[in-house]
Amino acid sequence: MSNDHHHEENFIQKYVFSVDHKIIGLQYGITSLLFLLFGFMLMMLMRYQIAYPETVIPYFGEWLFAGSGGVMLPENYNTLGAMHGTIMIFLGVVPLAVGAFGNYLVPLQIGAPDMAFPKLNAASYWSYFVGGVVMMASFFTPEGAARSGWTSYPPLSIFESGQTMWLLGMVFLITSSLLGSMNIIVTIVQLRAPGLTWFRLPFFIWAQLVTSFLLILAFPPLESAAILQLMDRLVGTSFFLPSGLVYAGSPVEAYGSGSPLLWQHLFWFLAHPEVYVLILPAIGIVGEIIANNTRKPLWGYKSLVYAIGFLGFMSFIVWAHHMFLTGMGQSMSAFFQLTTMIISIPSVVVLTAFFISLWGGSIRFNTPMLFALSFLPMFGIGGLTGLPLGVAASDIFLHDTYYVIGHFHYVVAPGTIFALFAGIYYWFPKVTGKRMSETLGKLHFWPSLLFMNGVFMPMFIQGLAGLSRRMYDGGQQYAHASDVLHWNEFMTISAFCLGAAQIPFIVNLIISLAGQKSDDRNPWKSTTIEWSAPSPPLPHVNFDSSVEVNHGPYEYSVPGQDEDYCPQTSP
Amino acid sequence: MTEILQYFGLPVGISSVSGRIDEIIVIVHYLMLVLFVGWGIFFIVSLIKFRESKNKKANYKGVESHYSSVLEGAVAVIEIVILFGFAFPIWAERVNDVPDSRDAEYIRVIAQQYAWNIHYPGADGIFGDTKVELVDEQDNPIGLDRNSEFGKDDFYTINQMHIPVDTKIRVDLSSKDVIHNFKLPELRVSQDAIPGMTIPVHFTATSTSKEFLETAVGTKREGKSLEIACAQLCGLGHYRMKGYLTIHEQEDYSAWLEEQAGYLEEEGDDWGDDDDWGDDDW
Repeated sequence: MSNDHHHEENFIQKYVFSVDHKIIGLQYGITSLLFLLFGFMLMMLMRYQIAYPETVIPYFGEWLFAGSGGVMLPENYNTLGAMHGTIMIFLGVVPLAVGAFGNYLVPLQIGAPDMAFPKLNAASYWSYFVGGVVMMASFFTPEGAARSGWTSYPPLSIFESGQTMWLLGMVFLITSSLLGSMNIIVTIVQLRAPGLTWFRLPFFIWAQLVTSFLLILAFPPLESAAILQLMDRLVGTSFFLPSGLVYAGSPVEAYGSGSPLLWQHLFWFLAHPEVYVLILPAIGIVGEIIANNTRKPLWGYKSLVYAIGFLGFMSFIVWAHHMFLTGMGQSMSAFFQLTTMIISIPSVVVLTAFFISLWGGSIRFNTPMLFALSFLPMFGIGGLTGLPLGVAASDIFLHDTYYVIGHFHYVVAPGTIFALFAGIYYWFPKVTGKRMSETLGKLHFWPSLLFMNGVFMPMFIQGLAGLSRRMYDGGQQYAHASDVLHWNEFMTISAFCLGAAQIPFIVNLIISLAGQKSDDRNPWKSTTIEWSAPSPPLPHVNFDSSVEVNHGPYEYSVPGQDEDYCPQTSP
Repeated sequence: MTEILQYFGLPVGISSVSGRIDEIIVIVHYLMLVLFVGWGIFFIVSLIKFRESKNKKANYKGVESHYSSVLEGAVAVIEIVILFGFAFPIWAERVNDVPDSRDAEYIRVIAQQYAWNIHYPGADGIFGDTKVELVDEQDNPIGLDRNSEFGKDDFYTINQMHIPVDTKIRVDLSSKDVIHNFKLPELRVSQDAIPGMTIPVHFTATSTSKEFLETAVGTKREGKSLEIACAQLCGLGHYRMKGYLTIHEQEDYSAWLEEQAGYLEEEGDDWGDDDDWGDDDW
């Protein structure tokens, strides 16, 4: 049973239906980056409509909205909104952060030859792929894609068109996440290299472990809720429909006595932990890159581990802070406000530890580090602006305004997505054996940082004015918005510039792939295990020598040593 | 700080709760500002002081003190104060101090795609029965039973809410079809209207519409009075589901009520009202 099963693989086996975690990781990475780009384009259309409501959209309008002479209609806007959210979260960021980074790096960073269940891993990717195809196909069905928000609140979602395909797609996407997270948990528990004790794990692995637990525990309720909603739509049940509804002028034929709020509880029971699914892998990546580029250990490594573990646990009992305005009584709102404030403490611990990690370092400002550093204040803004939303009294006014949009976009866009960019620049040499251009990287970073803030900062101003989200005309109808509407054009132009700022990144990827391969396995002089493997790591086995771990993850600048780093695998 | 937030767009508050809600928004923003500026200064100083060209060799141990725990403790304490000192009492008043229907101006708001039905109980102060079977989108959108005991003097308006100033208002909020959100931005009132549920909302306006308009003179808002906004995605017409709110002096309000009662007598069973759908193509 030695290596005799390593038969020659043909192209399909090697690159399409591969069971190698690295190929699957790359499949996830490429697919999710394309979806991110697509979700971004949907947003650009929306932003055009918000800035210049009901005008013909240049170049693309007549092709996309042929029926209305190139003008976006409310149903188009609602579709774009729902699908932008769905695509960015479920088809973009999570598959990139967990599917791509998790799959590619977890076995390498723990010195394993592959994931624990390679075939399950492939099943996870293909389930994701099918979910993506269903979501994309829904645009071309007669009903069109979903248009009830990514939150899909019933009864609207039960009455509105497009939702069936969305629910089916979600069932595949959730299944994919469940398979993937199970695999990551087992891999981390079972396949660590000899000597790799729990507190020698890189912080990124801890983040992936907590993330996987969140996915595996939080997604099943949404999967069942999606199936219940599907039944409400298709077979006439009424889990989420109360009695006595009148929709579009006629009584609703339903058994009734269901509850719209039941869906909200099931949905947010997933969707709040989901926020941490989006952010924890990003925090893990930032931790790795900061340690490497400050040339010193992460400050408070153990507190960081405990903090994200606590964060993960708490994330299961804060969900109803999305529902303060549903008629919640005093004791329940008090409970969820209290848990929400409690969960802010480990977040403060994480950010503070990262900031303190910089002190005393010898900081290198390469592209991955720039993205990782900017993550800190950007995620800081995102986290802090969550406070007035988590306090129910201030949420009365700010709920569902642009303040909320600004808040979670700061967490996910200049937060998570910047961290993911950092990760791509940082691990690109490991994946390809080549380097990405620093000049193009900086050309990508600085405009992205600028325009990102140009898009999202004014949202806080609009939110403070009380401007609601999800407005087809950007809020032009409302008197209370009249003071802040002029920001819309500024934000839209920023969004288009932000789009243009991604061109250097795409060019950089292509040019670098065509570039010269280097023999240097460890160009960043890093300590973690993946850098001792060849670049790219060997198919199916990863390492060309046996891995034994003798050191903690961040032994940088150890006093008395000549080199400023001591790899985990060195004797 | 309220002025700063108002400079950034926060509308002038004109209800009995707006002052306290603005206050907590301000307090939380102070906390955010202190944390952000504190982190920011530390961040920038660290980046300059410990850049590679200046500091060739990193310090393995880094910061050895644990003052950061003090910071985390302080944040926890401030948050507890915010919750117990401000947030919990405001919420308790919102959900526990709902005035009895006899002690307040009692109004029902029934939301539907894409309009606000405002149902007044009439002179007897008691609402007539409403029934799903009677709903007729043209003539009787709320399904009011004129033959029920208290239904004869009830009247309703569409998208036109009138209330008296300095008087407790109790609104029982419900929805015919999907979830909406009844939001009066200047009064800091916001509540989801959820099908299958009737949720009481209460507030007291502290300025009349006229007084409010005077505060808007010279701004972009000049001449635009108060509105009811829908703040929860409710379908294709969500963006134009706008109602109008008029806050009267008590006498003017009484006069308005009489006027409405007059329409009712004039037109008998086949009565109409001052419909304003805000939009003609819904």
